[in-house]
Amino acid sequence: MADKKFTGLDLLDIDLKEHNALNLRCIGGRKGLTREIQSQDLNRPGLALSGFYDSFAYQRLQIFGRGENAYLRKLREENKTSTLAKMFTYQIPCCIFTHNLTPDKNFFDLAEKSGCAILQTDLPTTEFSARLMRVLSNIFAPMVTMHGVLVEVFGMGILLLGDSGVGKSETALELIERGHRLIADDVVEIRCMNGNFLMGAGSNKIIGHHMEIRGLGIINITHLFGVGAIRDKKQIQMVVKMEEWDSNKVYDRIGTDDKTMDILGVQVTMLEIPVKPGRNVPIIIETAAMNERLKKMGYYSAREFNQNVLKWLESENARSLYFGQDDTI
Amino acid sequence: MVEHVVTIKNRAGIHARPAALIVQTASKYKSKILLRKDSDTINAKSIMGVLTLGAGYNVVIAISAEGEDEAAAVEAIETLFNNKFEED
Repeated sequence: MADKKFTGLDLLDIDLKEHNALNLRCIGGRKGLTREIQSQDLNRPGLALSGFYDSFAYQRLQIFGRGENAYLRKLREENKTSTLAKMFTYQIPCCIFTHNLTPDKNFFDLAEKSGCAILQTDLPTTEFSARLMRVLSNIFAPMVTMHGVLVEVFGMGILLLGDSGVGKSETALELIERGHRLIADDVVEIRCMNGNFLMGAGSNKIIGHHMEIRGLGIINITHLFGVGAIRDKKQIQMVVKMEEWDSNKVYDRIGTDDKTMDILGVQVTMLEIPVKPGRNVPIIIETAAMNERLKKMGYYSAREFNQNVLKWLESENARSLYFGQDDTI
Repeated sequence: MVEHVVTIKNRAGIHARPAALIVQTASKYKSKILLRKDSDTINAKSIMGVLTLGAGYNVVIAISAEGEDEAAAVEAIETLFNNKFEED
């Protein structure tokens, strides 16, 4: 995640759909919503409530389920509120009650005083914890912003990189015209998920899915090509580096060696495609996408081709030996 | 590398026209020029990038450049900011 602080307010604000929705709302301690959430872990404060505060993980989000709530009720009936008061002497980012449970007034007062927000959700504890962990691990995932265009071609997420003016946007436009999709132009936010794959998205929803084309200006892809031409996010499966044709540089002519690029510790297949007038880059990228899919299925065009060449040389060799056509042997 | 910090002084902030001015100016130089707001860093030669910064009135931006003409590049862009992008 970037250096920006992630607070309780941001947690309430996250726009999640259907099976990911957290259904959170704030029921108390509103001032505490601006407190930063620093840890992506959760804690059930059962031990703390019973008075055991050794290695209490106060920096985590505290989840109160039915068990904790029942214990709070018992504490109240027995008038033992000191352990609860002690809990709020720690800087807790926020308390979350599941099952639509509501704590008593004393709890609200203590939370308010210590500046800790109380949130509530209607979800059961286990389901809520699973969703929250998923959400937080995405938010706290390492992130990098790259200058490039992210498109989806035949289902493959392809990141186009290259210097300004090399024609990334024009290439992406042609790909969109051919029925592929735009995820982000110019500024691509890349997150490393689960430590093993990269998710790319635009950095700003409001001004997303616009492109700047030299000579045209800023165009709205959603309006021009329809909602089918865009996507919000996509896994990055291939990087295409576009560069001006350099006659001194050796470009891959066979394609048996896979080059990779390191982004946030993940190795992504990389192609270097030289650009010069008359070369149809979009078609090359389409073909590269299909070729990459074949490779994922286990079929390597270049290697297979080389195998055939070897086989043929072998059989030619054997034939010439048999017929004795070759005088040199 | 040269880095200068400026504050946006025109009321409207960096909208389309100032962004275009920045990009046009930046593109004249060979150096790699970056703009930074808080933790976001973007390429000053990309219009969508500059707009995505969402830099409004009184926001502090760090201009940095690296390359053969870095000093001149930062100076030119700083002048744009100080002239309020010829607005107001």
